[in-house]
Parts: sequence; structure tokens; C-alpha cells
Amino acid sequence: MRSRFHQGLDELRARLLRMGGMAEQAVDRACQAYIERDLARCHMVLEGETQINIAEREIDEQAFDLLAMQQPMAVDLRFILAVTKINSDLERVGDQAVNIAERVMDMAELPKADLPVDIARMAAAVSAMVRRSLESFIEGKAELAQAVLEMDNVVDRMKDEAFITLVKTMNDHPEVTRQALDALLVARNLERVADHATNIAEDVIFWVRGADVRHNAGPEEPLPATQQAATDRR
Amino acid sequence: MGVGIQVEKLNAWFSKTQALRDINITMAANHCTAVIGPSGCGKSTFVRCLNRMHETIPNARAEGRVRIGELDVYNGTSAVAIRRRIGMVFQKPNPFPTMSIYDNVAAGLKLNGFHERKRLDEIVERSLQLSALWDEVKDTLRKKSGASLSGGQQQRLCIARAIAVQPEVLLMDEPCSALDPISTGKIEELIFQLKERFTIVIVTHNMQQASRVAEFTGFFLLGELIEFDKTEKIFTTPSDKRTEDYITGRFG
Repeated sequence: MRSRFHQGLDELRARLLRMGGMAEQAVDRACQAYIERDLARCHMVLEGETQINIAEREIDEQAFDLLAMQQPMAVDLRFILAVTKINSDLERVGDQAVNIAERVMDMAELPKADLPVDIARMAAAVSAMVRRSLESFIEGKAELAQAVLEMDNVVDRMKDEAFITLVKTMNDHPEVTRQALDALLVARNLERVADHATNIAEDVIFWVRGADVRHNAGPEEPLPATQQAATDRR
Repeated sequence: MGVGIQVEKLNAWFSKTQALRDINITMAANHCTAVIGPSGCGKSTFVRCLNRMHETIPNARAEGRVRIGELDVYNGTSAVAIRRRIGMVFQKPNPFPTMSIYDNVAAGLKLNGFHERKRLDEIVERSLQLSALWDEVKDTLRKKSGASLSGGQQQRLCIARAIAVQPEVLLMDEPCSALDPISTGKIEELIFQLKERFTIVIVTHNMQQASRVAEFTGFFLLGELIEFDKTEKIFTTPSDKRTEDYITGRFG
């Protein structure tokens, strides 16, 4: 029989997964809205943000209660700390989706311009990062999270390339400056989403391995006990 | 000052039942080491082997090497000499009920033939101050008996009695398990201060307490020392899955 505490952890995990689903959907919708200039999707992203914000507060409240009432240790303590941080990152993923949606609404008023950047490809890479970071949390697998960290470099390069290309476009074709600027800002929003996915992956590694890999600290050798304990928690 | 404790291949039995198996551990001087583990894991037996209290139980015996500073506990040192250098505080406060507060603290010294009144007064006062009880009892030292104090005060009196003989090591076997949170807080604060003068080994079922007072923690299971490390490591990222399972409440 599982203790009330462990049931509480399961509930917290389920809530975070629901929130992850909402944030992931928000990013996908915003990207799709950009590609198709779809204002209806933009409104869906804006409306969805309220639900994400409510979920963030509920998760924080439950995590706070568990910390105060159950005094968790070891893998459970790391799990709750990771959940609170992932929670915050997911809320910001939702914010970035809103920023993209607002940018699309702004772009809708402008004539369409054929820009030499592949935002759709970047959006696909970023969505994959968010999805895989959440999968690593669901599976409790540091290896999956590690793969997300490596994907971040690819997205960073895409953003840098988009920046260079779009600045050149603005110089060469001043008439599409506003469109190019919108695209540049969307690329920046996507790169931020990728950073949040990276943070989520780092938090999963912390939960599973007990290792802090933030700020290029480098992966540590997994501890057999902690790795196993996190696997058991799934 | 406290001294370090070295334990090598310590085994202990109750009749034919083995309670400790090949325990190896080194405890740093002037630090607090917590011993945790489920009931029956051998943690109390372990601390009772450090001052040879274990052998006072009929048919109980211990083998191995225990060094308290330069003293070899199981080779050439009398149990009385050992216990003079190792104070012990038990789960249930056990002041001498018919003695005054003063006599409770002075009892160990008097037993060792120390009777110089002025010096006794000084040591009693200092011991009660160290155990954070002086201000509460200084006006009734000789009038009130030890048994008249509250549970928390009685436990601090027992600590004063233990440290009056100026031991180097203080063993505490679940010293707060019968106390309310306020008294527990006082004892924990006391442990923190006493570390400057003594080496402390505390047995506790309360993992929060271990994490609050001890720099090092050892986890015992079925008579074996499963893991020994810095306390923060044990409670955040233990190396052994059995430790992880115990401290996260998955068994025990």
C-alpha cells in the first residue's frame, strides 16, 4: 500500500504532466499560427495562458504543502525541488508562446514577405526539445534529458543564423524591415523556449542522478542508488 | 576536548544472535555523528559497544577493535576507565530521584573520590551552564530533587551529570524521543554547542534531527553499517539504494 505522501507525489507528478501538455500545446499552436498566419490559433494561445497560470499556482501550492508537512528526503526532496523549477519553466514556456502569438497578430496587419529564414524548422526543433524534456521527466531517464541538452546547441546556432540573415535582409530590403524584425523576435522567443526545455532537462538530471549539471558543470557519474530510486518513483 | 573514535571489525552478539557484523567506521573528534536505522538494526548496540555497556547484558559479547583517542577499549583498558571518558545519555531521563539537582551533577565526581567543595561547586555550575539548565535551577540547586524537574530539564540534568566528569565523548541514545518539541529544540541546540568540547554520537529515529545536529551520519540495517558519509550527502544523494529507501520511508 502506498503512503499518503507517495500518493501526494504521484498527484504532483500528474499535475505537472498536465501543465507540460498545456505548455507544449501552446508552443505548437503559436508556431503553427506563425506559419499559417492563423489568428484563431493566436487567440487559443492567449486563452490557454490563464489555465497555465492557474496550474502553476496549484503545483507550487501542493509542492509547498508536501515540503512543509512531509519533510521529504533524498530522491523525494530532489523530485519536489525539480517539480517546482520545471513548473516555473513551463509557465515561462507558456509566456513565450503568448509572445509569439502576439507577434503573429502584429504581423497579420503587414503584407506578407518571403524571408530567407526557416522559422518552421526552428519551431519543429524547439517543439521536439520541449516534448523530449517532458518525456525524460515522465520516464525518469537522465539519458533522454542529456539528449535535450545537446539539442540546445543546434537551436542556438539556428537563432544566430536567423539573426545574421534577417539583419542582412533588413539592410538590403528596408521595405520588409518590420516583417524581418517580427521573424527575428519569434526566433528569439523560440530560442528562449529551448532554454526552458534545457532547464527542464537539467532538473530531470538533478532529480534522477542527484547531479547539478547547470551552467556547463558537466554530467556526473550517475549514482546507482539515486538513479534506481528515481526509476522506482515513476 | 573531544577525541576521534575508530572502530574496526566490530562484531557483537546477544547469546548466539549476531547483532553487529564487521562494523568499520571512523568518527571525527569534536563532531556529531548520527546513527540511524530501523528498529532492531543494531544502532543502540553499536553505541553501547563503544563504552562497553553491551557486555553488561547477560550472555552478550563483542569483538573487534574500538579506539577512543589513544585508548583501546577492548584491549587492556578497564570498563570503568572507559566509561569515565565516555558519558552517556539515555532515551528516558534518569536522574537519581532522591538526590538534589546539585548532587545529581556532582554524583560522578564524588564517586571518583572528588570532594573538594569549592571546586565541586564550580564544576556543577559550569556543567549546568553548559547544559543550558543553570538559569532555570540555580536558586533551587540543593532544595529540589532531580525528579522534580520537567522531562526536558531532567534530560539536560542528565547531560550535565554526564559532562561533569569531563568526558571526551558523549553518547546519546535517542535523547529526545520522550521530549516535546521545545525541549527537543533545546537539546539539539545544546548538542551543537557541546561539539566544541566533546565528540558526540547520537542514535536517533528522527531523521530531521539527524540532519539538524550531525555532520556525519551512519545508516545501519540488520546489524551492518550500510553507508557512512556526510549528513547532507546521506539525506540528499545517498549512495546505497537501501539508505535511499529507508530515508524516503519506503521501508522501516
